[in-house]
Formats: sequence, C-alpha cells, structure tokens
Amino acid sequence: MKRFRPDVDAPEYHGPYAPYDIIKEGTIAFLVVAILVVALATLFGSPDEQAVTIRTWSNADPIDFATTALGELNGTTITAHYGAPYNHGSLGQELGPLHLANLVGVTIPVNPIQDFIIAPLSSVPNDHPLRVALAQWHAAPRAERATWVARYTRAAAHMTWSNGHIVVPATRTGPLGVMINSLTQMARSGALDQALVTGHGFYTTDYTKPLLFVADGTYFANLAKHQHLLGAQWGMMNETDSYPGQAWLWLYTFWYQVPPFSSSPNADVQVWAIMMLASLLLLLVPFIPGLRSIPRKVRVYRVIWREHYRSL
Amino acid sequence: MAGLALLAALFPLDHLGGYIHWGWVDISYANAIVVALMVIVFVAALLAPFPGHGRRKESR
Amino acid sequence: MSSPDIERQWTTRLRHRVTGHLPPEKVLPDTQPAYVASWIYVFGVTTMVALSMVILTGFVLAIRGPLWWHTSGVGHYVNSLHLWSVEVFFFAMVIHLWGKFFMAAWRGRRALTWVTGVVTFLTSIAAAFTGYVSQTNFDSQWISTQAKDGINATGAGSIFNVLNLGQMLMWHIVLLPLVAVILTAVHVVLVRVRGVVPPFEDAPPEKP
Repeated sequence: MKRFRPDVDAPEYHGPYAPYDIIKEGTIAFLVVAILVVALATLFGSPDEQAVTIRTWSNADPIDFATTALGELNGTTITAHYGAPYNHGSLGQELGPLHLANLVGVTIPVNPIQDFIIAPLSSVPNDHPLRVALAQWHAAPRAERATWVARYTRAAAHMTWSNGHIVVPATRTGPLGVMINSLTQMARSGALDQALVTGHGFYTTDYTKPLLFVADGTYFANLAKHQHLLGAQWGMMNETDSYPGQAWLWLYTFWYQVPPFSSSPNADVQVWAIMMLASLLLLLVPFIPGLRSIPRKVRVYRVIWREHYRSL
Repeated sequence: MAGLALLAALFPLDHLGGYIHWGWVDISYANAIVVALMVIVFVAALLAPFPGHGRRKESR
Repeated sequence: MSSPDIERQWTTRLRHRVTGHLPPEKVLPDTQPAYVASWIYVFGVTTMVALSMVILTGFVLAIRGPLWWHTSGVGHYVNSLHLWSVEVFFFAMVIHLWGKFFMAAWRGRRALTWVTGVVTFLTSIAAAFTGYVSQTNFDSQWISTQAKDGINATGAGSIFNVLNLGQMLMWHIVLLPLVAVILTAVHVVLVRVRGVVPPFEDAPPEKP
C-alpha cells in the first residue's frame, strides 16, 4: 500500500452525516447578499469623476498643454520615448537580458509628432498662416526642424499665456510658434479631442492616442495625485473620492513601494514577473512540499472542525 | 424627478478620503476598513457556533 | 439495434460516465458529513451568489449601453449595485480562499478543485480590472494609462490594449465573464464529485 501523505491524501470518512439543505442555504445566501448590496448601494452610491478631455486640460492649463505638445516635438514625453508596442522611441523595460515588449514589436503604432501634432493641424480648414507654417515644416530638412525645436525648447521655460496666445520669447524658431498656438487653439475648442480619435474612420472605440497624449501632461497626473491615485501612493488599489478600490491588488501595488522596485526603471516588468510567480505559487500550493504543510502545522483546522474532534 | 432623487446615495462617499500612512504603507480608510472587515469576518466565521448540528443521521 | 450496440454508442457512454461520477444525490445532496459544521463553509456559496448579483446588475447596465449610467439616476444606482456586488464578491471569495487553505482542501484528489478555484480568482481580477477601465470616466482614464505600462512591459500589451475601450468592454462583458462562469461551474462540479474534504486525522503533533 502507498504511504499515506497527510498533506496530499485525505482520510476515509466513516462518521455520521447530518441533514444539510444546500438549496435553502443558497437561497438564504442570495437574499442576504442582495439585501447587503442594495443597502451598500443605497447608503454609499458609487463614484463617477468626469473624464478629462484635451479641451478641459488645455482650458484649465494652456501652458501645460503647450509644454506637453512641445515635449512631443522634442522627444521628452513618455510617449515619445516609450518604445514598443507604440514606437521605436526606446528599447523599453528589460527583464534580465530580455526586452519583452520590444521582442513582440510595434503593434499599435503611435508617432507622437505625426499623430498628435502634424496630422491634427493638417485637418484644420481655411487657416492660411497655419498652412504656410506646415508647408515650412514639411519642406525643412530634419536638422533644421531640430534647430527650431531646440531654440523654442530653450525659451519655453519662460512661456506665458497672454491674450489667448502662447507666447515664447524666442526667435528663429520657424513655424513652431504658429504650430503650437494653432494646436492649443484647436485643443481649447475641443477639435483636437475629435481629431485624435477619428483615426479609424467614422466609428471608433479606440482611445489610445488621446489617452497617451493626456497622460503625457502634468495636469492629468496632478488630478490623480490629488485623488491619491499615483503609483507611489499605492494608487492601483485606490478609488476616486472615499470609495474602496481594488483592494485585492494590494500585493501587486505593494512591490512598487519597496526597494529595489520603488526606484527601478524596470519596475513594471519586474513586478509583473514577481506576480506571475506568486500566482503560480498560489495555483500550485497542493503540489509544493512545505507550502502545502502549512495548514496542518498552523492548526487553524482544529478550530474549524472543533465539533468533529470533540466527538471523536 | 422625485423618484430618481430617492436613488441618490444617502451618504455618498464623494469627498476626498483620509489615508493611513505608516512607513511605506499608505492605505485609504475605505480599503483599510474593507480589509479589516475581511479579517474580522474570517475570524468570526471560524469562532461563531454553527447552528443546526446535533441532528445527526446514522452513518451510511 | 441490439443492446450491446447501444452500450457502445458515444452518447450512452458519456451518460454512464456522467451519472457514474455525478449521480443525482451527489449533484443535490441532502446530507453532508457531520464535520461540515462551520460558518466558514458558507463563503463558497456566498461568492457564487455575489457573482450572480454582479452578472444580473451587469445585464441591466448592458441594456442601455456603456454611457447610460453617467446620465441617468437609475443607471447610476444600478452602477452602484454593480460596484458593491463586486466588492462583496471579492470579499467572500478571499475569505473562501483563506478557509480552504487552512483546511488544506486539496487533499484526497481535490487538487484540481483548488487549481480551478485559483484560476477563477485570477480571472475575476482580470474581469474586474477590465470593468474598471471600461467606466468611461476619470477613473478609467487613470487606471488604463497606469496599467498599460505593466501590461506593455510583459509584451502582452501588443494584443491586450488597455487604452482601447471597445476591446476592454468586450473582454469585460463577454470573454472574461464567460470564462469565470465556466470555471465556477467546473469548480462546483468538482466539489460535488469529490465531496467536501474530510478533517485531518487526529494525530499527535509531529515529533521534532
């Protein structure tokens, strides 16, 4: 006969049986849960903070919007140097020698300069100065564009918003002044919100581009910080206002708070790797010696089955 | 509509909530309450007497 | 057709297999071993009924589409029911998991029951997450733009684009609930087939 392994095999039960009405139990459970849910919903409701649009962003903080647009041009935004799956801006995060996203490649192409700036501006009708500016941009060699962007960027620390215009004290910046101002006007009118989602024709359900653009600004992150939602604030498990959030993500968000992940440029992929491993451990508890002995050794089962042991 | 106003939450949690800071632990009151309740309910489920036993049938 | 021919039919053999493993008195038992006497046992069924509340309230939200709840008092209330069902669902599921862990409920050829339970738990986390990013409000904007970095870093972001509302909504209301319900069904069938795990044998504590 095979040896009895207490953490793998269960003893044969020859004891008594008791009446147990599982349908009644299920019905009562349903009623209790239904009443509880109705009570919680009636007492506390649920949160619904309005979505940020590029229109609300650029009206609330035109300088942040214009600075972000400039960041797309000079390649300093998150999206500009993201890498796969959006573009070739970087190799992306690495796990040991592997750049996993980069291995899969660019599957959701986002070119911030073209998609966030040039294409929307090109859709504006009947704007002669803008058309001249875009023609100048398109005709210029790469080096000249870079020079314009560099000069504009150097002066951008002194950017002001006056009389409905973005003003930057810089000269010889080519078409940039017109482009940034036109894009800001477009954003403030709401037209840019539309221009960014209509990339697939009439219908769309894909908000990749406007979300990436909004997330590149500091306005969006400041709203989130105010709501205590930043990654460094255990934000993943928090909810807007005072509602409970995805508390079950505690272990996932925990790793982001502690070294070395709290300062690692590859924290995302490292934490994901850990969580995959943790999930696998949980899944395989019945097969892992040591782990599967914990319940027998901590003896909580003595409390659960106390009636049974008392009757022996 | 009055009927719809009745559906509004009685005590909406639509204000910024408080957070417990303790070292690198940073948890909202709401989540802390949920987690604490989970532990309390778990312990209560272990300790509370379960009704209805004692009506045992013979083993079969 | 002679009776041995009938016995060899796939249909007949499947029926015998099913009824062999799951006779009616196992599907709907009216007694349980006497050791099934603790409140901890109610959290499995509580998780299931909370799941049914999640699905029922989700049905109502689906009737008038994903934006309805922003503009209707009734819609917002149904959204509140949906949210709190989810909170109760996870609350009960985690307690169920703790309870089953401390009973070592995988013993006696019940490992697959544990495994399907854990996979259901992980699927539920994904289902809830896709719901959070399908809210079409500030919360969904923030959660999706944050979560994209983690998912992209694994390479999965190339097919699972959390910034694509249509894709996330489809996963949330079709794919993941379907998987969660099927897994739950398998999990429950396994519990019924194998029965509730018996207590550890009362042996003296191990010698050091």
